[in-house]
Amino acid sequence: MWRIIHQLGSPPWVYRFCDRVIPWLLPLTAVALIVGSAWGLLFAPTDYKQGDSYRIIYIHVPAAVVSLAGYYIMAFAGLVSLVWRIKLADLAMRAAAPIGAAFTAVALITGAIWGKPTWGAWWVWDARVTSMLILFFLYVGVIALFQAYDNKTIAARACAILSLVGTVNIPIIYKSVDWWYSLHQPASIKFTGSSAIDASMLYPLLGMIVAFYALFALLLMLNLKQSLTSEYSQSNWLIKRITT
Amino acid sequence: MQFDSFSEALTMGGHGGFVWAAYAITFVVILVMMVRPVINTRSMQGTIQREFDRKQAHEKDAS
Amino acid sequence: MADQSGIDILQYLRGQTARHVRLQFASPSEIVNPLLFFLLVVILFPLGLGPDPERLALLAPGILWVVALLANLMICMRLFVDDFEDGSLEQLAMASTPLALSVIPQLLAAWMTGGLVLSLAAPLFGMMLGLPVSAAPVLVASLLMGTAIMLLLGAVGAALTVGVRRGGILLALLILPLYIPVLIAGTRALDEALHSGDPAVALAFLGAGVTGGLLLAPLAIAAGLRVSLEL
Repeated sequence: MWRIIHQLGSPPWVYRFCDRVIPWLLPLTAVALIVGSAWGLLFAPTDYKQGDSYRIIYIHVPAAVVSLAGYYIMAFAGLVSLVWRIKLADLAMRAAAPIGAAFTAVALITGAIWGKPTWGAWWVWDARVTSMLILFFLYVGVIALFQAYDNKTIAARACAILSLVGTVNIPIIYKSVDWWYSLHQPASIKFTGSSAIDASMLYPLLGMIVAFYALFALLLMLNLKQSLTSEYSQSNWLIKRITT
Repeated sequence: MQFDSFSEALTMGGHGGFVWAAYAITFVVILVMMVRPVINTRSMQGTIQREFDRKQAHEKDAS
Repeated sequence: MADQSGIDILQYLRGQTARHVRLQFASPSEIVNPLLFFLLVVILFPLGLGPDPERLALLAPGILWVVALLANLMICMRLFVDDFEDGSLEQLAMASTPLALSVIPQLLAAWMTGGLVLSLAAPLFGMMLGLPVSAAPVLVASLLMGTAIMLLLGAVGAALTVGVRRGGILLALLILPLYIPVLIAGTRALDEALHSGDPAVALAFLGAGVTGGLLLAPLAIAAGLRVSLEL
């Protein structure tokens, strides 16, 4: 087990790992996304309440799930970097931030597009949407903090601390926004409620969630490879690897 | 297939614009996120290769 | 700073806090300005929303809390800056007392001259917005705890941004999302008090926040200060 951890800290090893995994993960993810989307768009049954606009769920929910998970992944990488001073953890954290932010933005945009035909408004202040917006700001904060420091090694450490503070706060934020919403909720509708979902709609959703997780892993590896190429452009191991 | 015709799939009972727009935006974002690092990495690799070749040629001349 | 092993921690904290409070009073504008800011922004709301007393009274809890939030933000923007610039922060970090402990007096003093004062003055501003006097105790209690939490969180952000040029806006960006639960709990407590409900749950939430904050924030603050000092 220690060997694996040791290898994870070795840039050449991780680079080789990415090189080996990306060639099959990329097509696999692409296929999963296309199949999942087609299933959700064309084969899943029409919702009797919302009609066909609900099909946006097949990208909205996976994006939201992965954006939340992504923050924890980023914070974990930050923790590892802070405690064990492993450069690769630094790079992983830096890579995760914009990816997570992008997923959060996609979740918010698709949520708004879903909201318009379904509930008549582009923006609704319900618990999930509001929490997602706050999560977006947490991501933006980490990215902005990173940009503010000139010394990027120190910057990464600051971001690690911020992400950890954010991780502790996320459950608190989600819980309190939930609470806030339940207190002010208009008597009638619950916008993003947890209504029982039929199996024929659930399976494509689960499939897309898995596909999005694979996508996150893929994007992380692609970005990691880019960072490694940039950081170690003068290192012998990298030069050898590229020129042979 | 849930829809009887292609045009039905496109309009989605009136909500077609929203659904397809949402999917389109998402896929564009995903595509950009996949392509950007690949292009950047390739370009950096190209630079490293060229630098290496230049050094090789230089050494050859020197010897 | 001399070795602290023989000295009572409480005595040390008390002494240092008193020193910091005295420092704060040396420039009284630092204490008065947040109050004036609070008053000024509170005035903006009737001007912007119209003077209808019923509507103002309805919005009063939210207005008071948002303004308290912003006033706190302003206070946090001043934290650590002077000490960072004149080198005394570096000295503090190198001293034998753990940094997480030695920042507490400053924070306590900042709260006493900032959040505490705001909380006690708040009923006056509440009255201007039509908040009934009966809600004053809950207002003060919730603000006392809320400002304490906000100071602790703000200090974490201040620690991370003290070395950054024009770090004020960045600080706001980092901290305001974290302030949101405090805002929700605080306004909730006030709403309950106004409608003869039970503010106990909201107040308990705030109390838990203060406790948790006191335990965890100093560690994050110390870590953040060390990062900033490495620049």
